[in-house]
Amino acid sequence: MNQVNYSITTPQAQLVRVAEIAAAWHGRPDKLMDVILEVQHIVPALAEDVAAVIAREMGISQNDVYSFVTFYSLLPVRPSGRHTIRACSNAPCHVRGSKAVMQGIEDFLKIRPGETTEDGMFTYTLCSCLGICDSSPAIMIDDKPYGNLNYESVQMLLKRYIREDVDAWNR
Amino acid sequence: MEQMKVLLRNQGKPDMEDAKAYIATGGYDGLKRALEMDGAEIIEELKKSGLRGRGGAGFPTWLKLKFAFDTESAEKYIVCNADEGEPGTNKDRVLMSCDPHSLLEGMVIAGRAIGAHVGYIYLRAEYPQVRPILQRAIDSAYTCHALGKHIFGSDFEFDISIRSGAGAYVCGEETALFESIEGKRGEPRYKPPFPGVHGLFGKPTALNNVETLANISHIFRNGAIWFAGIGTKGSTGTKLFTVAGNVAHRGVYEFPMGINLKALIYENCGGIADGKGLLAVQTGGSSGPFIRPDQIDIPLDIDFVAASGGRLGCGTVFVIDDSNCILDIVRNTQDFFAYESCGQCTPCREGTIRVAQIVDKICRGDGSMVDVRALQELIDMLRVAPLCGLGHSSAVPIASVLQNFMPEVEKHLDGDACVWCNTQKGGRS
Repeated sequence: MNQVNYSITTPQAQLVRVAEIAAAWHGRPDKLMDVILEVQHIVPALAEDVAAVIAREMGISQNDVYSFVTFYSLLPVRPSGRHTIRACSNAPCHVRGSKAVMQGIEDFLKIRPGETTEDGMFTYTLCSCLGICDSSPAIMIDDKPYGNLNYESVQMLLKRYIREDVDAWNR
Repeated sequence: MEQMKVLLRNQGKPDMEDAKAYIATGGYDGLKRALEMDGAEIIEELKKSGLRGRGGAGFPTWLKLKFAFDTESAEKYIVCNADEGEPGTNKDRVLMSCDPHSLLEGMVIAGRAIGAHVGYIYLRAEYPQVRPILQRAIDSAYTCHALGKHIFGSDFEFDISIRSGAGAYVCGEETALFESIEGKRGEPRYKPPFPGVHGLFGKPTALNNVETLANISHIFRNGAIWFAGIGTKGSTGTKLFTVAGNVAHRGVYEFPMGINLKALIYENCGGIADGKGLLAVQTGGSSGPFIRPDQIDIPLDIDFVAASGGRLGCGTVFVIDDSNCILDIVRNTQDFFAYESCGQCTPCREGTIRVAQIVDKICRGDGSMVDVRALQELIDMLRVAPLCGLGHSSAVPIASVLQNFMPEVEKHLDGDACVWCNTQKGGRS
């Protein structure tokens, strides 16, 4: 696993909310996953200062929190875009043309795996099997699975996300 | 061949998250029967049924429960492994979505058997759509007294809660899964001590796959003798098979154990998609071997497949058509293991990377017999040296390719251009 260098500063107001969530489980290290899953919707990334607050409030070491976060591939330590696209790179999708789907995403968004679009809308990563093999090649955008894609249809899908982006209305 | 729907008997029926709807189909009858039995009797019934683990290893379920039963402890746990990470597998997702209560019922019965009062379902994070289904089912089970204190008026109590994974294939290994539930990195533990003695939170624990636990509910509803009458002598009951890849009709199918692999592919799944030919089949998920088309006329029975050098595993059948190159596929698979190795033990951390690099070198047409011999050494090392099952089985795919597809490998060694391998790069590295 690559070591990730991160040096972002989380806003104080967000850290206060993180502290509230984590404090409820002081002395319950087994609740770390639940805390982190909740916290990740509040902060831009599970950065060092977030790990420090969780560690202090739960009564565990910061090292334990950060090594936990970096172990699991779905826990981001770098800020992500508003939507995260995960494209399955495993063999059952591969034989059904996942390479073309990945190419479609990369050509359309002009980013490579691991990168975020300039407007901060999409983060694109590769991932292991999503368990949607009956409709491979498959991707997930946030919590929604999409299957039976190809070079064109994945671009149509992304266009729909851009068209219907609710956040755009607020900008 | 007709499917035999036992586990999937409630597929397509509405409201199966509702305990009342489940009870109306005869659900929780098995639990009511088990509540009148003691732990030893429940384990004896499971022994009679011949049920074996559906997660991959095929270990007798009664024996797993007996280890936890025999260990004295005030606290014991039942853990359900719903971390279905094996590429090409989605049977547990389908099962949990269409009949969640059969899993809960199996967990309560298993808890009754070993004297546990708490159960955890470790659900992978890639299934966010399954979590609300399970949660509604659990809530509904509490309302109908199938969970909680005084289950169905008895003095037995049992609670179930869901714990989430966060994308780590290795967490499907039982001790890594315990570590993850405890809020640590999902790194496997040394064994022994085994989970039956020292499992979750250091207490005796029985960990089973979703399908195994769901089977327990059917065994107690219909009886061990009924269950033992299905399938083959060594592998009883039905099995969920996930057929993925280049077949016409992909999906999850349920058949008695011992169904013929060739018939499954050609009769039930409509053969190879788009009128192409068959190149290879991989059984048992990514850690299973690739076999040639002339080797697929075999019964899918745990012992038979194992004896012929294969692995039934979790029942995955991954079909590859002849527009692919087997080396390109195996490169993708070895990249997967190199990526998913947790990095705790050196043989697996370094070994999986070296295997992936050498396979890639051969794919690109730069390999020689020296590389093949190096692969053989790595294969032998990986079979014995790593700490857990991930490492042990990580070289099975390439080992099977060297055994079954040597002419293809030789073509690549000779530098004969392979369109697939040169232009396509499998995996994510």
